[in-house]
Amino acid sequence: MNNLVYLVPLFPLIGFLINGLFRKSLSKNAISIIGCGTILMSFIISVFLFFDVKANGGTVIDYFNFIDVTSFKIPFAFLVDQLSVIFLLIITGIGFLIHLYSTAYMHDEPDEHFGRYFAYLNLFVFSMLLLVLGANYVIMFIGWEGVGLCSYLLIGFWFKNNNYNHAAKKAFIMNRIGDLGFLLAIFWMLNKLDTATYAEVFDRASSSLSATDVTAITLLLFVGAIGKSAQIPLYTWLPDAMAGPTPVSALIHAATMVTAGIYMIARSNVLYSLSEVSSDVVAIVGLCTAILSATIALYQNDIKKVLAYSTVSQLGFMFLALGVGAYTTGVFHVMTHAFFKALMFLGAGSVIHAMGGEQDITKMGGLIKKLPITTWTFVIGVLAISGFPFTSGFVSKDEILLAVYAHSPVLFWFAAFAAILTAVYMFRLMFLVFFGGFRGSHEQEHHLHESPLAMTLPLIILAVLSLIGGFVQLPEIFGGHDYFNQFLAPVVPAVVHEGAGAAKAENYLLIGTIVGLLLIFVIARKLFAVKEFNASYKGFRKVLADKWYIDELYDAVIVKPLNSLAGFLKSVVEKSGIDGIVNGVGRFVNYSSRQLRLLQSGQVGNYILFMVLSIAVLFLAFWNQEIIVKFLQNIF
Amino acid sequence: MSTSEILFWFLSVLALFSAIMVLVSKNPVHSVLWLIVVFFAISGHYLLLNAQFLAIVNIIVYAGAIMVLFLFVIMLMNLNKGTEPQKNIWMIFSGVISGGLLLWIFISASISAGDIVGKNALLKDGDIGLIQNLGKVLFSEYALPFEISSVLFLSAMVGAVVIGKKN
Amino acid sequence: MPIQYYIALASCLFCIGVAGVLIRRNAIIVFMCIELMLNAVNLLLVAFSKMHYANAVTSDAKTIVGTDAQLFVFFIMVVAAAEVSVGLAIIVMMYRNIHSVDINFLNRLKN
Repeated sequence: MNNLVYLVPLFPLIGFLINGLFRKSLSKNAISIIGCGTILMSFIISVFLFFDVKANGGTVIDYFNFIDVTSFKIPFAFLVDQLSVIFLLIITGIGFLIHLYSTAYMHDEPDEHFGRYFAYLNLFVFSMLLLVLGANYVIMFIGWEGVGLCSYLLIGFWFKNNNYNHAAKKAFIMNRIGDLGFLLAIFWMLNKLDTATYAEVFDRASSSLSATDVTAITLLLFVGAIGKSAQIPLYTWLPDAMAGPTPVSALIHAATMVTAGIYMIARSNVLYSLSEVSSDVVAIVGLCTAILSATIALYQNDIKKVLAYSTVSQLGFMFLALGVGAYTTGVFHVMTHAFFKALMFLGAGSVIHAMGGEQDITKMGGLIKKLPITTWTFVIGVLAISGFPFTSGFVSKDEILLAVYAHSPVLFWFAAFAAILTAVYMFRLMFLVFFGGFRGSHEQEHHLHESPLAMTLPLIILAVLSLIGGFVQLPEIFGGHDYFNQFLAPVVPAVVHEGAGAAKAENYLLIGTIVGLLLIFVIARKLFAVKEFNASYKGFRKVLADKWYIDELYDAVIVKPLNSLAGFLKSVVEKSGIDGIVNGVGRFVNYSSRQLRLLQSGQVGNYILFMVLSIAVLFLAFWNQEIIVKFLQNIF
Repeated sequence: MSTSEILFWFLSVLALFSAIMVLVSKNPVHSVLWLIVVFFAISGHYLLLNAQFLAIVNIIVYAGAIMVLFLFVIMLMNLNKGTEPQKNIWMIFSGVISGGLLLWIFISASISAGDIVGKNALLKDGDIGLIQNLGKVLFSEYALPFEISSVLFLSAMVGAVVIGKKN
Repeated sequence: MPIQYYIALASCLFCIGVAGVLIRRNAIIVFMCIELMLNAVNLLLVAFSKMHYANAVTSDAKTIVGTDAQLFVFFIMVVAAAEVSVGLAIIVMMYRNIHSVDINFLNRLKN
């Protein structure tokens, strides 16, 4: 089985090459089949790999030396173990569904843009697979950069709209800031350990790295994760990234790429366990992000923006779990989140498709009548993310809360608050979009229709997964087994929360969740009654609707000073300094050549004189050093 | 001081003095005559080194043929002291300076060159300069260059005729 | 006679020739100075010839080391004769055209 591993990333790469190179000549059907087919193949191999790993454990497959300088070697190797196989399944499985969905969603694009879209999407899947398959940080970094590039390309997919291009640039630059941290971490590691291979790094970490080294490396890695996974302070790119096509938002900016940071930290769990400071930083940043973005999501009116802030918030939860040491729980939430957030984004895509491109939820309402499948699948997604008992979100989120409670009760209350906010904004979104009366134009109402099978099928599959996905990790109190933790145990140590206390806590949580959800249901109904948002928001609500003015703050603190510095450099340093030097050189050459020209008098005598002097100089120059020295000594 | 040493110094001083006189003479005819003196002095040196053949050839070719040719051209053009163009003082100064600089470098170089220290040029004795020995080598090893030099002469003659012809 | 003396003498003659080329404007005198330089080199060649002969003759009484140098001198004279014939022809030509032998008038290179 191991000899097939390279095929997993190879298929999307082939798909990328074919779709990218022949996008002008291939028909849409051919592009769809190639785009989806390659991912399906990868998925099938991934499934085989999953069972192989389950039976035989993880392996490292070494292909060739990527960097080979004297004793310093970085192999191009793939690591197939429990953790990477989980991510393989998420990426290829959800990737396939979203590819399938895209064939219908993007059907109105011209042929070559259709091909470009699928080429980018395949390239993304390739990079993401490389990211999770790499057996060392350098290969991971290659994939890391690759997904950043694809994200940029896909956010700016409709490049004729300049705002979208700005969003793409913003995403790219913010990611670059994070990438720098990651890169520095790799350099630090290579400097101290001479290797970036996971197994070797983790083996030697406790013995050859000082506490400062570990803390610095883990914090720098976390900077990378902050950029990629949109945490405070670099989260603002993710909501703007919604400029891309909706399936892209579902795949890249909800289900897979943004979880790369989680993957990296889960992969580096050995290092994080060694540094308490870093773990605390991860937990606190995650929690702050979860709360901040949840509050922002309360008053957003763009359906994709709400989902985007929700994603940021859920990513915060994952980091919180990682920070308190519950690595498996974090990864588990990645999986369940991938199910229900992809579901909701695709549902939102279906809604936008039906509304003819309209994204403002104040103009929607009552869509349940025309889009039943979309509505019910979306409702399942909302229930899952809100933590309705026995949905996948309930299992993963409760486990996070439990782990946080075990770590620190104070953090728990904040996390619980964020979880309640999640339910509130999600119910608000649901009510506004699918229930009540329609508030859009007649034309839109006339145009409303359920999406084709290629779009609803992924929705149904994801809805089923969102419902039952949690059963692989159902707490024992409900008669479940922690299959997921056990599966990951060889790579990521599971949190142990056994005993009566844990069981009690689970009970409380279950009751609390049900009561809380009922209350929230009522509050959301009341609070976001249709009348409310028509009047412009005031006071604190306005602050939330304007996203805490974080973008404006960044603008004032970073962008404006940088712009004025650049302006100063351009108008003063460039004009008078650099240009002065360059023009000065030019003027000097001009002047001196005018003067030198006078030497060319045309007088034969002058030429001979110069010839003789040159001979004298040549004689001196060709003499060996010793003789020149002696000669100079003779003279002086 | 032996006779040959006395002769060496005499011929050297004569050669240098005459060479300088070539430069400083205002009248081109005088320059030519002083140059002939230089050539005689150099021929004297050849004799002193027992290079009899070269000494004779030098007198015949240089002093006899070439210098006569010069003299002939000068007289043809009727050049004399009055027509002699004068360079400005700076040009003369810089010419002397750079000539002196070159001399300085040559002398310093020869002083510091290691592989000629203590070597002598054989005066009077040694028969390699005799026409018998030179002739043997010239017509055996150097037969081809010798023949080619005849072609050179031919082409020089043709060239001189072509150039000298009136358009 | 030490070879350095000959080197010094030849160098002096050569440099006098160089100085002559530099300071005289009469093309014929310049030409004569070139001949002077050639002769300085010839003298040095002969001196070296005899130096090498003196070295070689101590081990082999019948050696002909040094004949090459003297033959070179001979060939230099041959070439010099050819050169003079052409050179003087050029000078005559020049005199016929510009009615002067002043090399400063030969500044057509300037344009």
